[in-house]
Amino acid sequence: MTETTVRVAEGPALVLAGYEGEPLTSLAAYRAVGGYEQLEKARAQDPQAVIQEIIESNLRGRGGAFFPTGRKASFIPTPDKIAKPIYITVNADESEPGTFKDREIMLKVPHRLIEGCLVAAHAIQSKHVYIYIRGEYAEEYRVLQAALDEARDAGLLAGVEIVMHRGAGAYICGEETALLESLEGKRGQPRSKPPFPAISGVYAAPTLINNVESITTIPPVLAVGPAEFAQIGAPPDSTGTRLFCLSGNVARPGLYEVELGTSLRVLLELADAAPAKAVLLGGAAGSFLRPDQLDLTLSFEAAREAGVTLGSGVVIVFGEQADLVAALLRIAEFFRDESCGQCVPCRVGTVRQEEALHRLASGKASGDERAILADLTQVMRDASICGLGQTAANAVASAVENLGVFA
Amino acid sequence: VKITIDGVTTDVEGGTILDACRRVGIDTPTLCYGDTLTPVNVCRVCVVELEGARALVPACSRKVADGMVVHTDSPRVRTSRRLVLELLGSSVDLSTAPEALAYIERYEAKPGRFGPESLTVAQPVKVDNELYVRDYSKCILCYKCVEACGVDHQNTFAIAIAGRGFDAHISTELDVALPDSACVYCGNCVAVCPTGALMAKSEFDLREAGTWDESRQSQVDTVCPYCGVGCNLTLHVQDRGIVKVTSPDDHDVTRGNLCIKGRFGYRYVHNR
Repeated sequence: MTETTVRVAEGPALVLAGYEGEPLTSLAAYRAVGGYEQLEKARAQDPQAVIQEIIESNLRGRGGAFFPTGRKASFIPTPDKIAKPIYITVNADESEPGTFKDREIMLKVPHRLIEGCLVAAHAIQSKHVYIYIRGEYAEEYRVLQAALDEARDAGLLAGVEIVMHRGAGAYICGEETALLESLEGKRGQPRSKPPFPAISGVYAAPTLINNVESITTIPPVLAVGPAEFAQIGAPPDSTGTRLFCLSGNVARPGLYEVELGTSLRVLLELADAAPAKAVLLGGAAGSFLRPDQLDLTLSFEAAREAGVTLGSGVVIVFGEQADLVAALLRIAEFFRDESCGQCVPCRVGTVRQEEALHRLASGKASGDERAILADLTQVMRDASICGLGQTAANAVASAVENLGVFA
Repeated sequence: VKITIDGVTTDVEGGTILDACRRVGIDTPTLCYGDTLTPVNVCRVCVVELEGARALVPACSRKVADGMVVHTDSPRVRTSRRLVLELLGSSVDLSTAPEALAYIERYEAKPGRFGPESLTVAQPVKVDNELYVRDYSKCILCYKCVEACGVDHQNTFAIAIAGRGFDAHISTELDVALPDSACVYCGNCVAVCPTGALMAKSEFDLREAGTWDESRQSQVDTVCPYCGVGCNLTLHVQDRGIVKVTSPDDHDVTRGNLCIKGRFGYRYVHNR
């Protein structure tokens, strides 16, 4: 396995704090950088107070939807309100093309993820944590399981059970409700929302679902203090740091932890990117930027204003020599292959999208392709059940509209 | 709760947006919805625009909430319904799906727009028993048969979805032929199929022979003679012979369901 460059680039290290080239996989190594101190502090506090701190920090979900993490936790009923177990499910089914941040968290700072799980478990008074890990992540599973065993042996779990569950290779199972179905042993297909998992999640019980990076950011939030955390990055909404996954035509591909609000340009320079004719931001479900848009501020607000998304922190650089049409065909093929097939817009729409692109790419266009792609973009976004279908046309649409591919 | 649909505010006691639409007389297209089945909201032809929601929402399953403002005929809604119908019409044989064909006309959908090389689900019809046939080139994957075979009605679980994406399809366990499967031939899947993908063999044979003619058919309601449950039967009669048996959906005991005897065991009637 080749080593991925992982570095804290700009500003304070939070998620990767203490990591300086040597993975903090042992309990001793993690303890040496202050590990599990926040857990101890949190457990001495009232659970509601911990939720309040997360709310105050304005930590937002790092899986891509940017939902306030503290508010999500506050939706979970307290045990006196409901006669059901309360679950936490960590989404470690990292499958967005170009994304490898959760992988590196699990390999480099696995105990911080476990600490985050235990703090969250205390906050919502849960005794049951599932970590749903991508099936292909064999080494990551082993490292995290070893860390978990060590934490358990050290008595850190204190009655909380953390169970790892390995996925079986479906992108759709990264969608939170499909993940729940899969976890329950069913076919991985999204559920209709509402009800939301906070009310009816795994086994129809209240469930807090968070991305690995979100959960792992909780101990640092408590470490620096929520008020201080809320000042890091691009307050008020984009607080803290994010892990960005740099790949493509860059000399130093890897994972970079930078403050939110950093310019994309800075990130590209850190990775020594080649002059780009396009940058894919947010993954296959994200969108393409033009060369004149590369000064974008990496914050939720700036991204939204530019009509793009930071998604799961993917930055793929397409240099002058890159074949954008081939990339688009590959993305379309990916979604066609990974659609679960439940709803019509995504099941058939992803096929029609790929077909239209092939016609455009091979010079067999009938002339209607642009209109077909525009319709598909709107309707997959509007009428698909889940986020997969709703974003399956994003990259293609942005390439057509923003880059002028096929113009 | 108060809900405003297309500018008309109405008071409803719970239920779904679809229920409310029906209350105020708005005809909402549905394909995967069935009055006797749990909504699965997969076909997406019933989507409506709910103010405050980012995407459109399925009318068939979204519960009403106080203050909801819904638009059922906005350009966004019409575009989605039209394209969904185009996607279905371009990939599935809808020739025996009158509802879907009517919606295609209503929304001016043009399934041919994707070109002649568009991928379809065309495949040979499965005729592996004497009671009903399965023509999955006509299947829109509405899940109704799966629901009817499963927890909603029969609890037999002989069929489920296999495969992923465009390859998703209805399958018996390990794709075995029906006689080797858990199927008990109640035909309750046939009863709920909206496209004729599942069809009684009697109807299939007459259609093949070109002699199926609904204009010459009459329907006779009676009670099943087999056991003491007393299910209602609707006999579809053509040329003084029974060609198909169904059961009314609105019967509060059987809700359109029958067993193998009631649905298929009628040939003795013709034993003159």
